[in-house]
Amino acid sequence: MQLDRTTRTIEIECLRYDPQTDAKPRLETYKAPFRDDMSVLQGLQYIKDNLDGSLTFRWSCRMAICGSCGMMVNGVPRLSCQTFLREIYPDKVRVAPLEHFPIVRDMVIDQNDFLDKLESIRPYIIPREDKRVEDGAYRQTPQQMAKYYHYSECINCLLCYAACPQYGITPSFTGPAALALLHRYNADSRDQGWSARNELVNSEDGVWHCTLVGYCSEVCPKSVDPAHAINQNKVNSVMDYFGIMKLMTPRSAK
Amino acid sequence: METVKSDVVIVGGGGAGLRAAIAISETDPDLTVSLVSKVVPMRSHTVAAEGGSAGVIRSDDSLDKHFDDTVSGGDWLCDQDAVQFFVEHCLREMVQLEHWGCPWSRHDDGSINVRFFGGMTVQRTWFAGDKSGFHILHTLFQTSIKYPAIRRYDEFFVADLIVENGRIGGVLAIEIATGRLFLFLCKALVLATGGAGRVYAQNTNAGIVTGDGMGMAYRRGAALRDMEFVQYHPTALPGTGILITEGCRGEGAVLTNKDGYRYLQDYGLGPLDPWPRPKAMELGPRDRLSQAFWHEDKKGNTIETPQGTVVNLDLRHLGEKKILERLPLITECARTFAGVDPVTQPIPVRPAVHYTMGGVASDRTAATSLQGLYVAGECSSVGIHGANRLGSNSLAELAVFGRVAGEAAAAYARAAGPFAPAAALRQAEETAAGLVRMLRREKGERVATLRGQLGECMEKYVGIYRSDAGLRAACDTLAELRERYRRGVRLDDHALTFNTEWLTTIELGFMLEVAEAMAHSAYRRKESRGAHVRLDEYKERDDVNFLRHSLATYKGDSPPTISYAPVTITKSQPRARVYGGAGKQAELT
Repeated sequence: MQLDRTTRTIEIECLRYDPQTDAKPRLETYKAPFRDDMSVLQGLQYIKDNLDGSLTFRWSCRMAICGSCGMMVNGVPRLSCQTFLREIYPDKVRVAPLEHFPIVRDMVIDQNDFLDKLESIRPYIIPREDKRVEDGAYRQTPQQMAKYYHYSECINCLLCYAACPQYGITPSFTGPAALALLHRYNADSRDQGWSARNELVNSEDGVWHCTLVGYCSEVCPKSVDPAHAINQNKVNSVMDYFGIMKLMTPRSAK
Repeated sequence: METVKSDVVIVGGGGAGLRAAIAISETDPDLTVSLVSKVVPMRSHTVAAEGGSAGVIRSDDSLDKHFDDTVSGGDWLCDQDAVQFFVEHCLREMVQLEHWGCPWSRHDDGSINVRFFGGMTVQRTWFAGDKSGFHILHTLFQTSIKYPAIRRYDEFFVADLIVENGRIGGVLAIEIATGRLFLFLCKALVLATGGAGRVYAQNTNAGIVTGDGMGMAYRRGAALRDMEFVQYHPTALPGTGILITEGCRGEGAVLTNKDGYRYLQDYGLGPLDPWPRPKAMELGPRDRLSQAFWHEDKKGNTIETPQGTVVNLDLRHLGEKKILERLPLITECARTFAGVDPVTQPIPVRPAVHYTMGGVASDRTAATSLQGLYVAGECSSVGIHGANRLGSNSLAELAVFGRVAGEAAAAYARAAGPFAPAAALRQAEETAAGLVRMLRREKGERVATLRGQLGECMEKYVGIYRSDAGLRAACDTLAELRERYRRGVRLDDHALTFNTEWLTTIELGFMLEVAEAMAHSAYRRKESRGAHVRLDEYKERDDVNFLRHSLATYKGDSPPTISYAPVTITKSQPRARVYGGAGKQAELT
């Protein structure tokens, strides 16, 4: 890829809103100089540093691993650090907070609902027996790891919640990232918390809310594929209903 | 001001803070723990660590080898009692993380695989692809949810430590979402706030790595130790400074200059063959590799790019399968942020600031000079890194000393007397008044102006190579920047709701003071050791005068005073620090 080294100017339109003082959100457009290697996040940083220090957004690692800087970029949930201004130029960049979440301020959303859901799925190993550290590490073959590893790569950026129409309609839905994480632990050979988590899987807010739109997996920046995790649990849930799950997973194999 | 009481407060929700929180609950589930962090824990900078974490596991490795690699890697400025304790406890922490679900990479038979890192005699680095920090952090965060006594205060910005008669009483924090002030009273405090890499313009660190905890403890009387030792990681993307893990070289990647020549052989790291072999060429330590880049750059052997000069990190011979399996994150980063595909093209890299070896001085039990204050992780100086940290010792440190700090804080809290809320409140209100004045300020310079000049000053004068004149200039510039900061920073944003401009301004105050401690410690160290190397008449290590820790003590608006403390040496007497040379070819697993 040959990057253009020249500096051009791009318009960035930002949603501005402080619920404490503003009756409703408004849009504000800034002009920022940019080069081809600049991300949307860097565009916002330019504005904050030079034009308007009150523009508010979260960011931290700027390398797409901390999950802080998700926002709607021209209508699509994206990580602003790995979306480049050159992709949008000469159009105007339009940034807004992730959909389906309450706005704290500007691009900052209230993520507490997600954190509650993450906690609710028991996101930790529930071991079969107390294994002491002195006993050493579990053996886990690459094949066993492959069953869950994918789902352990979620960075909790919440793009999938902004993409999920079901979460927009029914905010009590546990949602893609939390259900993918639930599946991550259920599918781990060291874990036997499946039955403890099962109630949530089958509950009104569990997997059955998902209508298989699949947009969550499409926007996921880490290819975690939450839609697949959820539907895997639908299958497991049905098998459990008919008592097949217990037959298929002898404890010795877990 | 709202008041929250708990037995132990932990500031920082990264690897060290979370490990400390879990340790407290495992030691005594009745102790109440407030975990206070300026970001939700899984956003902490531990998330960005890539290559892995040390733990002796192979039959051809030993604790002595880990000890020797660490102490020689640190150019003998390590406290050897702390290193001994550290190497003895790494393995159990790695296994503990495994039991908690960390997806460490495995051999086909399901046992743990380990990889090479720079400066290591034998493969010793536990890794989870090249997202080791990410997986450690998420594992610890998710595991912490099991413990009901751990109460999280996510997105609370701690602005000051409350200290009464040399004893910790709590912290003052801003609830970021609302701007409300909170006084967290506690019996014991664990600081786990990370490093200060952001004081440099080019760094691998997240935006949050602003030295807050170091700055706070320093202001309240704790000494900052060995602050002149700042690690430049040899391989970061130009411009952004995004880290390209040492794990690349651990897996066999090579560094070449503009002529395709493996230049490290010219800098005491050769000969080339047999290759790969431990502690030679690309498997040398970070300080030496960054210094070699500096020389190549001066010789005109680097490659010009719009973001600065670079050398090539070449992974192509590893093959697509291995690259994607072992190094997926840096593959993604190179593709996204540098526009190159490591499978078919070398990655352009240059050194960038990565790690602060120094920090709040503590002993082997994580205790500091302030009663009830414990420190762990990058904000601390427990004494294991010396003058140059060995790659993969910092993630292990989070776990080993996070646990130590948690257990020590728990023991202290159990034995400690009651709170002294009245005195704490007075101090908190005084600090709070200053914060509110800062928030309302409409005149002065922009925070970005001062921050930019700070970063440039540190790069220019307190970089890979230093000199007396340059360091003097740094001290002067920093004094001037501090003065301008005191005169006031102008805020555009006077709102209480999620005011990040306000927080950035508070952070800048810590950054300036921490940077000043670095520059003055460096100026006073008239020798070259590890990551502190000079171009003037002090090119050699001077064990007679400087086999000592530096201690920077805060002196208000004036520059810090620098004093010295002995280094603990138990079994490894200082000798020449040698890399490269003859050796056996290693088999990469």
